[in-house]
Amino acid sequence: MKKLLGLGMFLALLYAALLLADPSARTVRNHINLAKLIGHFGILCLAVTPVIITGGIDLSIGAVVGFCATTLAILLNDYHWNPHLAVATVLIMGAGIGILNGLLITKLGLQPFVVTLCGLFIYRGLSRWIADDKIKGLGGTDAFDWYKAVFHDGDLFGIPKFFVIFLVLAGGLAVILHLSVYGRYWLAIGANEQTAHYSGIRVDRYKILAYVFCSLLCAIFSVLYLTEYNSAAPSEAGNFFELYAIAGAVLGGVSLRGGEGNVLGVMMGTMILWILPNFTRMWGISDKLQYTVIGVALLIGAIVDEMLRQRQKIGAFLLAILRIVR
Amino acid sequence: MLEAASPLLEAGDISKAYPGVQALQKVSLRIMPGELLAVVGENGAGKSTLMKIIAGVERPDSGTLQWKGSPLSISGVQAAEKLGIVLIHQELNLACNLDLAASLFLGREKTWGGPLRLLRQDIYPEAEVLLKRVGLTLSPRTLVGSLSVGQQQLVEIARALALESRLLIMDEPTSSLTETETRTLYDVIAALKSQGVSIMYISHRLKEVEYLADRAVVLRDGRNSGELQRDQINPDALVKLMVGRELKERHRSTTVTSVLKPVLVARNIRWEASQPKEGISLTIHAGEIVGMAGLVGAGRTELAEVLFGIRPKLDGEVTLGGRSFQPRSPRHAIKGGIFLVPEDRRHQGLLLADSVRDNISLATLNLRQFLGIINRQEEKTLAREKVEQLRIRTPSISQTVGLLSGGNQQKAVLAKGLVKTPKVLILDEPTRGVDVGAKAEIYSIMQELANQGVAILMISSDLEEVLGVSDRVIVLHESRWAGELSGNELGEEAVMHLATGRTHPGRKAS
Repeated sequence: MKKLLGLGMFLALLYAALLLADPSARTVRNHINLAKLIGHFGILCLAVTPVIITGGIDLSIGAVVGFCATTLAILLNDYHWNPHLAVATVLIMGAGIGILNGLLITKLGLQPFVVTLCGLFIYRGLSRWIADDKIKGLGGTDAFDWYKAVFHDGDLFGIPKFFVIFLVLAGGLAVILHLSVYGRYWLAIGANEQTAHYSGIRVDRYKILAYVFCSLLCAIFSVLYLTEYNSAAPSEAGNFFELYAIAGAVLGGVSLRGGEGNVLGVMMGTMILWILPNFTRMWGISDKLQYTVIGVALLIGAIVDEMLRQRQKIGAFLLAILRIVR
Repeated sequence: MLEAASPLLEAGDISKAYPGVQALQKVSLRIMPGELLAVVGENGAGKSTLMKIIAGVERPDSGTLQWKGSPLSISGVQAAEKLGIVLIHQELNLACNLDLAASLFLGREKTWGGPLRLLRQDIYPEAEVLLKRVGLTLSPRTLVGSLSVGQQQLVEIARALALESRLLIMDEPTSSLTETETRTLYDVIAALKSQGVSIMYISHRLKEVEYLADRAVVLRDGRNSGELQRDQINPDALVKLMVGRELKERHRSTTVTSVLKPVLVARNIRWEASQPKEGISLTIHAGEIVGMAGLVGAGRTELAEVLFGIRPKLDGEVTLGGRSFQPRSPRHAIKGGIFLVPEDRRHQGLLLADSVRDNISLATLNLRQFLGIINRQEEKTLAREKVEQLRIRTPSISQTVGLLSGGNQQKAVLAKGLVKTPKVLILDEPTRGVDVGAKAEIYSIMQELANQGVAILMISSDLEEVLGVSDRVIVLHESRWAGELSGNELGEEAVMHLATGRTHPGRKAS
């Protein structure tokens, strides 16, 4: 609870500072852009949350997004599939990748880091192979127009549709995570897998489910990605996205130790993540330092979190700094 | 033997308390140069704590230590090792990815002008000599990880030799050794003694103590219980000193079990290939409390894990309520009506950072949901009910369970298993680290449950508890069936005889 309050205050402060310092940030246009960005990438932060809560990690997110988006573009443009069938295929593909990750991690006991790191290479390679390393666009087809009209074009009460989708998905995950048996099991597994097992929880099944949830949301994200960009570059689409996803979740208070996480926190973490780059522009810092700013923000978040965990360390830390300064 | 000489080490009135337990109370002992002193006692008698204090791992709350007649304050393992006091742990502390020579000299690497320039070649011949001294004819380049547990134990001892120790403390050194390795160890011990090295030897194996010890100090409930000289040491005398206390009360009046219905029947259960063919068999009736006694490592927890579906069984049959039952997983066992309150409540029983409520409901959430959504109101009511029923002392059901006392934590684990009343309740060391008041409450809860018809299997290393609470007692020894006692046969000595592997209580071992 305290963590959420702290996050909320930090977010409000950040937002207020941005509005006060930069007149161009106050425009409606900027808000719409920001909401779109947050809505889009926020989906990936939600995706990775259950995985991290069970004590795992998914590094294959970006590659899966790239693979799904490329596949979808090829099915629509080169093979002229029915768009609903193509989307359904891609969603099933996403879920299948999740099942594979989950099985390798639970049944063979491989480390999540290793399994999904291999996935990162495998799916990125596959998308380059099926596309023959060429950018796949939707230029030759209007089959996807329905999806664009429904999920992308226009807005709902002035709010970009991506943001609305993000809110809906966040609400869904909140229900699963905080009100349902599944969420309680995920949290229990992350907190103490042995206790969960001794309490009769099917640990393997729920872990697999977390990976399926993650990869399925990646597939959904890739559909939205295509409505936005109209094309997918097999070697680039989705690059780094796993890191944005993990960063947003961690910034939002999901512990990489597992067993701890809150959807509201993840939402705020995502927002902080995408508001921060505005400051680089405002202060005239080079855009090239964007990654650095995100990294520093994450590091500060981690330090503050650790200090709250072990209060007595704050004093020691401050003393050490004082000594160095002197 | 060396009566005239002055003691190497003298410990006087050592006391040490851990939260909830007085581990040692004014324990004294002395050890002469070149002497083998056996330290004997039941599980939890304080042997390990005493050894840790002497080896500098723990600090005593009060008492004195004297080394060669002058007062001594040991400030850590390093300081103790400098003096020549080396503790060889029951569990191995070797780094598995190093080779033998490197692990023998770990922490004392020979260097030449700075730590970066290890003199790697120099240590190998020296290591070979050390390994030979403990009877290992392995190359010093062998990786530690590839050794058997017994061999690793011998390497630990070789490491102690390399430290040029004056006093070696061995904690159950033969528990993981084969016959041949044990004999080698005995030879090493004899050689060490002739070099004037003193040895403190902790063992459960009374015959071994009889064979090796120059003197034996017996501890009971954290106090000195007696001392035996070489010619007085025999298993009977040791057992008498280990348990010789009066039973304060019988917690339970024996019920007639013959008319009761058998609930859990296990036949010829085996989980390790090394166990004898007949395995372990047991029957628990409705409304009965069966105690399971044995020393640490006797296979009691393993048997419980087999029944609860955690550990796969090799063979054997289980029937539950008259029907054949193959425990596949804890979930399956819980569904069938078996619940295990595990030995290690902090790591197996509880989610320490979560609330009392979340912990109590964890095993039965699937019964309290609609379309996956948890019925929170019902969850709360139920948690409150259990907190009241088991008298769990907590400010509220949303209190973090890790902040409760040991006894109340244990009750919370128990509460988790009682949300849906089980047919069979297995309790593994239910009162370890629990204060006296909570202990009595846990006993009375067990009694109530038995009266309701629950079949209870209680694993315990506390003999007084086993005898006080159980209707019948099953004893295991080294993963084997050692015997069963009921009615008039029940007694501490009888249990200890079986638990230490002496099948004929009362008769002197040859």
